[in-house]
Amino acid sequence: MATPAPPLRAAGRAFARLRRGGRLEPWAYLVPALAVLGALLVYPLYQLVLVSFYDYRQPQVTGAQPLRFSGWENYRTLLGDPQFWEVLGNTVVFAGACVTGTIAVGGCLAVLATRLSAWVRTLLFLAALGAWATPAVTGSAVWLFLFDPSLGPVNQALAALGLTGFEGHSWTYTKWSAFGLVLSQVVWCSFPFVMVTLYAGIRSIPGEVIEAARLDGASTARVALSVMLPMLRPAMAVVTVQSIIWDFKIFTQIYIMTGGGGIAGQNLVLNVYAYQQAFASGQYGLGSAIGVVTTALLLMISLVYLRALRRQGEVL
Amino acid sequence: MRYRRPLRAGALLGLAVLLAACAPAQTDSAGTGEDSMEGTLRVWLFSEVDQDPKEKVVDDAVAEFEAAHEGVQVEIQYIPVDSRAERFQGAFNDPSSAPDVAEYGNTDLAGYVEAGGFADISDELADWKPGEQISDDVAATAQVDGGTYGVPWFLGVRALFYRTNVFEDLGIDTPRTLEEVVEAGRTVREEKPDMLGLSSGGAYTYGFMPFIWAHGGDIAVQEGGSYTAAVDSAEAKAGLELYSQVLSKDVCPPQTCAQMTGNESVQNFIAGEAAMTVGGNFNLNAVEAGEVADDTAVIPLPGTEPGSVAPAFAGGNNLGVLAGTDHRTLSVEFVQLLAGKKYQRAMYEAMGNLPTLGGVQSDVAASDEDIAPFVETLESGTRFVPVTGAWASIDAEGVLPTMVQRVASGDASVDKAAGDAAASLDESFGGE
Repeated sequence: MATPAPPLRAAGRAFARLRRGGRLEPWAYLVPALAVLGALLVYPLYQLVLVSFYDYRQPQVTGAQPLRFSGWENYRTLLGDPQFWEVLGNTVVFAGACVTGTIAVGGCLAVLATRLSAWVRTLLFLAALGAWATPAVTGSAVWLFLFDPSLGPVNQALAALGLTGFEGHSWTYTKWSAFGLVLSQVVWCSFPFVMVTLYAGIRSIPGEVIEAARLDGASTARVALSVMLPMLRPAMAVVTVQSIIWDFKIFTQIYIMTGGGGIAGQNLVLNVYAYQQAFASGQYGLGSAIGVVTTALLLMISLVYLRALRRQGEVL
Repeated sequence: MRYRRPLRAGALLGLAVLLAACAPAQTDSAGTGEDSMEGTLRVWLFSEVDQDPKEKVVDDAVAEFEAAHEGVQVEIQYIPVDSRAERFQGAFNDPSSAPDVAEYGNTDLAGYVEAGGFADISDELADWKPGEQISDDVAATAQVDGGTYGVPWFLGVRALFYRTNVFEDLGIDTPRTLEEVVEAGRTVREEKPDMLGLSSGGAYTYGFMPFIWAHGGDIAVQEGGSYTAAVDSAEAKAGLELYSQVLSKDVCPPQTCAQMTGNESVQNFIAGEAAMTVGGNFNLNAVEAGEVADDTAVIPLPGTEPGSVAPAFAGGNNLGVLAGTDHRTLSVEFVQLLAGKKYQRAMYEAMGNLPTLGGVQSDVAASDEDIAPFVETLESGTRFVPVTGAWASIDAEGVLPTMVQRVASGDASVDKAAGDAAASLDESFGGE
């Protein structure tokens, strides 16, 4: 029996050589992270892209019909469908409004929090954490109940104030009223993240910097715009990119509050539309194409935004 | 650094090979072809809100079956209706976790058959005597392209529920035509503005389809092997026009009604907020348990002429045998037992489900006057949705509710909404 030592020793030498070059060590440290990323991110993404190039419906999955490579057909169908463009428009406008609303509300409350006494601030944070911790499904159901046409407290309160027009008023009937209602729910459940992050950011600005600015005669607005905002840029970048991604991908709130896309599909957004096409109708290929388009759009928006931020940084 | 380039090229090449060689996964769903006469027979049935009575009937059937077949155990699993699509997709994708026998909603069948999920058991059923008692309309709900994929187990048929006291107070006669139904609804709302004349929503497909069917229209017509949309025919548009009068502020205001599904439509009636609704025999128990029970009467939904009945949708559940089963003979025998006369009758008594066997239907109609209007509706002929796998996507995209909702909300004229819906249907039919 040959001794296993020589190959081992050779491997050991190779290893040592790589070690000396410092080439293997960083990779060794990265392996766990890469494995997780590969399994959870790269592989699903690869499958998504792959499926989007096939005519892949339920009969193809079970093997009842042959699999057919259809090239760009799913994308052509999608881009040629006027409904897709309408849904995309809805999504962009709706997500834009949600991001703006969330950051405005979260930012204002973060500033407010820095000026409150400790126990009021604790109360504010507890309330915000409550909203944050509420699952989207529960939050949507509660919101729907609040705005129920006949039983909802909101309509009852408005009617009691003399606005009888709100008796039996349906908030989900017209397109923009329904989007507005969902927007308020989205802002309610996502402002706490913005608030907490920006609050931490504001707190980390050294007091001396602001004091120095004041000594130089800067007004409060000037301090906020020219000193605090630039110093908050990293935190702002995180919350904006996060919000864009979350709000672009909104599903639960629209699905529950507008009953799967509203009257005649007027409140469909990309994710609900993809679900409708892919899972409910079993057109996995087309659904994957929507997924790929969404991913590409999000990557693009995020990259453009990050670039813009960095460029600003160079000017200042 | 010289050796980096080949490394990178190799990686790229590997990636390209991976991309080219791999295709999305496909299952080989062909079963072993075995037909074992012993072992465990696995059965999927739908879970119900009030499940105990159903379980009792099924347990009796299982006991009888196991007594007659030595060495056979029947394992029943109750699956939720809402997530049935995922469950069945999973079963088709992985035959080892699939049942041998399953209950399924009849509108889902064409899609299941297209996916190769269910077995054609025409030969076994050919000499099954009780099967002759199933009417052609109903039998068609278990057939796809000439094959028979199960036995209709029970039906849900809808009829017109109305409040006798409201009609008496306002001096309204029992409506004899669809026009009179709408007219009665208008009168009620005029006199009692808090009440919905006819509670029937814009998302209630099987509530508005009878209007279209009664006028001689249809969702689609079959020519050769394929379907062509027919919702834009003159007859269908006449029905849609009449239904749009229901979804108006004079009968059922669109603000309240445009989004309502069947369930919500009936809930309004049970809550006493509506003078009429289109409800199913499966709603009878809930109505009888509510406050309006004593003032409720049910008649078949009238058609366009006095004395006629608007065709109802033949919704219901069938029992079928999965294609991948290795207990084919036993499976068919179990289906025949559970869908046979004895257990159909028992299921009717336990759950109020309408039997599919003609003999059992007339028995229950004679013994229970509440069910009579539904049996009468059934006997005057029912209709069904297009038998094609495309129905799943048409249903999921809400093509028909969208058509009705657009008219109701004033977003489109009847012509435009029906034309667009027809185009959308044709696209789905063609996309198969």
